[in-house]
Amino acid sequence: MKPSSYALDATFAALADPTRRAILARLANGEATVTELAEPFDMSQPAVSKHLKVLERAGLISRSRAAQRRPRRLEPRPLAEATDWIERYRRIWEANFKRLDAVLQELKHKQKKTVEALLQDMKSKPKKGRFK
Amino acid sequence: MTRPAALKVTTPTDRELMMTRVFDAPRGMVFDALTSPGLMQRWLLGPPGWTMPVCEIDLRVGGKYRYVWENADGRKMGMGGTFKEIVRPSRIVATELYEDYWTGGETLVTTQLVETRGKTTLSTTVRYASREARDAAIKMGATKGLEASYDRLEQLLTA
Repeated sequence: MKPSSYALDATFAALADPTRRAILARLANGEATVTELAEPFDMSQPAVSKHLKVLERAGLISRSRAAQRRPRRLEPRPLAEATDWIERYRRIWEANFKRLDAVLQELKHKQKKTVEALLQDMKSKPKKGRFK
Repeated sequence: MTRPAALKVTTPTDRELMMTRVFDAPRGMVFDALTSPGLMQRWLLGPPGWTMPVCEIDLRVGGKYRYVWENADGRKMGMGGTFKEIVRPSRIVATELYEDYWTGGETLVTTQLVETRGKTTLSTTVRYASREARDAAIKMGATKGLEASYDRLEQLLTA
C-alpha cells in the first residue's frame, strides 16, 4: 500500500521535533497519561498537550476514550510508513558507503606503501639524501 | 544498538533529510573519494545491478557535474548540478537535479567532513525546494520500492 503524501507530510512534521520524538519513545513502552508524559520534561502540561495534539493529528498516537485519565498510546502504522521510506533510502546509501569503505582502505594502503618506499629510498641512498 | 560506523538517516526539518556516517580515513582522503570520478565510479552505484558509466566533474565554484547510472537492462538514470561552495577538505555545497522521471525537483546538498583522531564523520543534508517537492520525492521513493518488489517477484516467477 502506498501512503498518501499528505499523511507522510504530517508524520515527518510531527517527527521533526525532539520532544515529540521523546514522547513517542516513551509511549513505545506502553500507554501513559499527560501528567506522566510531562514528568521527564522541563515543560508545563499545556505545552506537552500541544505536542500531543500534533502527534494525534498526524495519527501517531491516540487516546483511550474509556478511562477517566485518558491515557495516550502509540499508533504504529503511520510511523512504519515513514520509517519504511527512510529505511529504503538508508539501505541504498549503506551499500554505497560500504563500497566507499573498501576504496578508502585501498587508498590508505597505497599511501602507506608510498611512505614506506620513500623511507626505504632515504635509508638505502644516504649520500644522495637531504644533506648533499 | 547502533555501532559508531552505522549510517544514520534523520529528518531535521520537514524540508530536509540528513545522513551521517563515520569513515576510517582522514578527511582529505574521503574528500578525494567523494570528488574524483575514477574513485566515485567504484562506489556511488545505488541499488544492486547498477553501474556508473558517466561521471563528469568540474570541481570549482560555478562548475557543473553530471552522473549517469545504467542497469543490466540498459535503463539509464541521469543527474547533475552546479557546485556552489567548495572548501577542501571540509565542505561541498551543490545543487542536484535528476533528469527524467524523478519529480522531487532541484535540491541543495550540503556535505560536511569533520575529522577526529584519523576518522572522518560525513554529514550530508539534502534540502528540498519546498514541502511539495519533498512530498513528490517521497512518493517517488515509495514507487521505487514497489518497483523493486515487483522486480524481485518477477525473478521468483521466472526462476
